[in-house]
Amino acid sequence: MNRLLRLLFVVLIAYPVVLAWLGVSVANRKRLPIKGPGIIIANHNSHLDLLTLLTLFPLSKVHLVHPAAAADYFLKNGWIAWFATRVVGIIPVVRGGDPKQSNPLAGCIQALQEGKILILFPEGTRGEPERLSEFKSGLWYLCQKFPEVPVTPVFMHGLGRAMGKGQWIPVPFFIDVYVDEPVYCHADKAVFISDLKQRFEVLQNNAQGRES
Amino acid sequence: MSPILIRALVIMFGLLIVASITIRVMSLCSPERDWTELRQRINTWWWIVIVFALAITTPRAISLTIFAIISFLALKEYLTLIPTRRTDHMPLLWAYIAIPIQYYWIGIEWYSMFLVFIPVYVFLFLPMRMVLIGNNKDFLHSASMLHWGVMTTVFAISHVAYLTVLPGKPETGPLLVIFLVVLTECNDIAQYLWGKSFGRIKVIPKVSPNKTLEGLVGGVMTTMFLAWLLGGVLTPLSGWESVLIGLLIGVTGFIGDVVMSAVKRDIGVKDSGKLLPGHGGILDRLDSLIYTAPLFFHVLYYLHY
Repeated sequence: MNRLLRLLFVVLIAYPVVLAWLGVSVANRKRLPIKGPGIIIANHNSHLDLLTLLTLFPLSKVHLVHPAAAADYFLKNGWIAWFATRVVGIIPVVRGGDPKQSNPLAGCIQALQEGKILILFPEGTRGEPERLSEFKSGLWYLCQKFPEVPVTPVFMHGLGRAMGKGQWIPVPFFIDVYVDEPVYCHADKAVFISDLKQRFEVLQNNAQGRES
Repeated sequence: MSPILIRALVIMFGLLIVASITIRVMSLCSPERDWTELRQRINTWWWIVIVFALAITTPRAISLTIFAIISFLALKEYLTLIPTRRTDHMPLLWAYIAIPIQYYWIGIEWYSMFLVFIPVYVFLFLPMRMVLIGNNKDFLHSASMLHWGVMTTVFAISHVAYLTVLPGKPETGPLLVIFLVVLTECNDIAQYLWGKSFGRIKVIPKVSPNKTLEGLVGGVMTTMFLAWLLGGVLTPLSGWESVLIGLLIGVTGFIGDVVMSAVKRDIGVKDSGKLLPGHGGILDRLDSLIYTAPLFFHVLYYLHY
């Protein structure tokens, strides 16, 4: 049932909005993992980010793809919670809780163990359009546990402009998506995070037509 | 479909088949050269001609929807290129809403509304919607850029669609569209080939370094000749009128091309997008038509309607 709902969600909402209303060109789509477990990390400027990422996968794989999302935002209201967990398939992450009591990443760990493809937004929340914010360290803790799982950076350009924070109707703009080579976990947290950050900056410069 | 329309479409697809076979043979003869771009270009021409053929042969509702989608893609490409203010979210959406409305006027053949809707009503409405938001910074800049996009990609391009509903026999409209679009495209190609073969004197090196006087003159002459050849078959134009229209399309096609080049230079991009592999964006293909379509339409209308 959930699988069918998600398929309908992608075909009836994500495809028309992202492919017809906006229009996406993808560079290096082949670098995306086609089977789990895998981690996709992406910049986050808009609710459309997730819709766009879902359209990158073949329909037969969509049921494997799960975004990690803030529990306090998406679970606060019964209807939204049903939609977010059942239809979109989010894995709730509790922000700002006491990590000693419960592991906020427990859902993510379970998903990876089940061979799913996890979407993480390491900036945490949606930032200013076309500007990268600081990466949260949850990603590092997670991939420490799964050193063999590839982490694929995906940079999306233009979605914050199409529908940023506080906006609810997407304005049509052409969107560019850049998929980078997958990376694996590094033992040093600071090195790992700064390496990823640098990759995103290179992708962003490419997207804006600047020399990197 | 009338026999002449069928013949015109057969010729267009015939030329494409010849082009595809030629490129196949050429890449077999010299496999060491890279033919990717030329092959991409011809593959994209197939798509363009198929969409074009559908746009002029389908019933009015479908045909106008196809033209409206072309305007939509062109406006979207333009707005993607230019800087827009975050506060103009709603005005941008209103600019898009102008597209179905403008094509609706064409559908019901309300000629005077088709003429004034964008230059008057949309022109006055968009700044009003922008001023309601109350962001004064870059106001004039933003309003002008938005107007420019709507005028070129919606108003100018919609003239091609109005040709299809002009009164007359059922094939009159489609044949007029073929005449305009084929002449505009042939003019582009002829100017390129003449310039490549004989070009020396640069016309506007700062905007478009490859444009030469020889290319321009040779291209315009070729277009005038083609117009004379096709005018009597495809349009109600007399011989002299056809030649003059050929001159008009030749010169203004060039102007449209370089004006859009200047826009791209100003923004700092080479191609306007990636929608049409081998050609760049859809605006790279429509640039000449933005000028030729309204001018051809109004001269034709003045002379014969």
